[in-house]
Amino acid sequence: MKKEAVRNLRTFAIELAVYAVLVTCYFFLVLHLLGDWLYHLETQHRLTYAVVALLLIAGQAVALDALATLLFRLVRRRWR
Amino acid sequence: MFFPISHADINPIYLVVVGFLIGILGGFFGVGGSFIAGPALRLMGVDWNYAVGTDLAHIVGKSIVAARQHRTLGNVDLKLGMFMALGTIGGAEAGAQLIQALKRAGNVNAVVSFVAIAVYVGIALFMLWESQKTLRSENRQKQPRLKGTQSKEDRSAFHPVTQSIQRIKIWPMIDLPASGIRQISLWIILLVAFVGGFFSGFLGGGAGYIRMPSMVYVLGIPTHLAVGTDLFEIVISASYGTWTHAIKGNVDILIALVMHTGAVIGAQIGVVATQYFAGPKIRLAFVPLPLIGAAIVIYTLATGHKL
Repeated sequence: MKKEAVRNLRTFAIELAVYAVLVTCYFFLVLHLLGDWLYHLETQHRLTYAVVALLLIAGQAVALDALATLLFRLVRRRWR
Repeated sequence: MFFPISHADINPIYLVVVGFLIGILGGFFGVGGSFIAGPALRLMGVDWNYAVGTDLAHIVGKSIVAARQHRTLGNVDLKLGMFMALGTIGGAEAGAQLIQALKRAGNVNAVVSFVAIAVYVGIALFMLWESQKTLRSENRQKQPRLKGTQSKEDRSAFHPVTQSIQRIKIWPMIDLPASGIRQISLWIILLVAFVGGFFSGFLGGGAGYIRMPSMVYVLGIPTHLAVGTDLFEIVISASYGTWTHAIKGNVDILIALVMHTGAVIGAQIGVVATQYFAGPKIRLAFVPLPLIGAAIVIYTLATGHKL
């Protein structure tokens, strides 16, 4: 039982570390590139901005959820 | 990191940690977590209007992740969620209209604050009483511990009242097989959703602290399903809120995207954690949430600072 808990914790820590690296890359690449464009949209075209905002948050939710699930599966398989 | 839309300078790690904490709460209790996210953004100097709109956008993303996870566990009643979304949107508009009327009358802050304290404390006390009574009666009967899907078969000390509500026959009557309800009036579902939406529009945030308990006690939905279905319903109602706030210029989507990266992991942990707790224990653990909301309102009333 204790062994399994340690293994689960280790798996989770590895998943978190890989996820953190990927998310950091995401910050610098995507958000940095999108920042100016989104700022322009927000000030000039509110309606388009509202659509883009909803699409972005929903798209990120689906993509990151899939990524986190995939990472968890891969790491678990690797460590078992 | 500078966020040009809201002109705020915030450490992204702070946003990720806040998102992570709210993600755990959302996945476990089915709440939006606006009572934490709003003050957390205000603390970093984000204007109040941006804090409200951005929080809603972040809630959309976090609820999508948590609802997807709950769905894989069979905890989402899509039919109920759709009906609830209709009532919630109507209620949110009514709540917002009442706020406008109170603004015109000039006493909006006092009224909203006192209503909020009464509602939050009332929910917390009721849930404390009910969950403890249910847990005590379960212990007395020494029922075997249920595992897997059987653990979702909920017991509640409020069950007799719930049953008499389910017996009210006002056409149209609908069935909710996913939630194990044979017949219930559509109007009762819409009324519960409307009340939740009303408080969402009136007090701000997603009002999951009202809707989740209402689904359990009034409609008789098992706690695990109430959490999952509430999250699904929040996706629809928070999307609507994000849309209206974005058009009014109250959403900094960059902040919401950064917060959401933490919320994804938090929500997954929260969802998995629900599997290890029976309904009454989840309801008992829920009690501090409305009390935190009440404490924040009392603090703002006492000090004059709006968190």
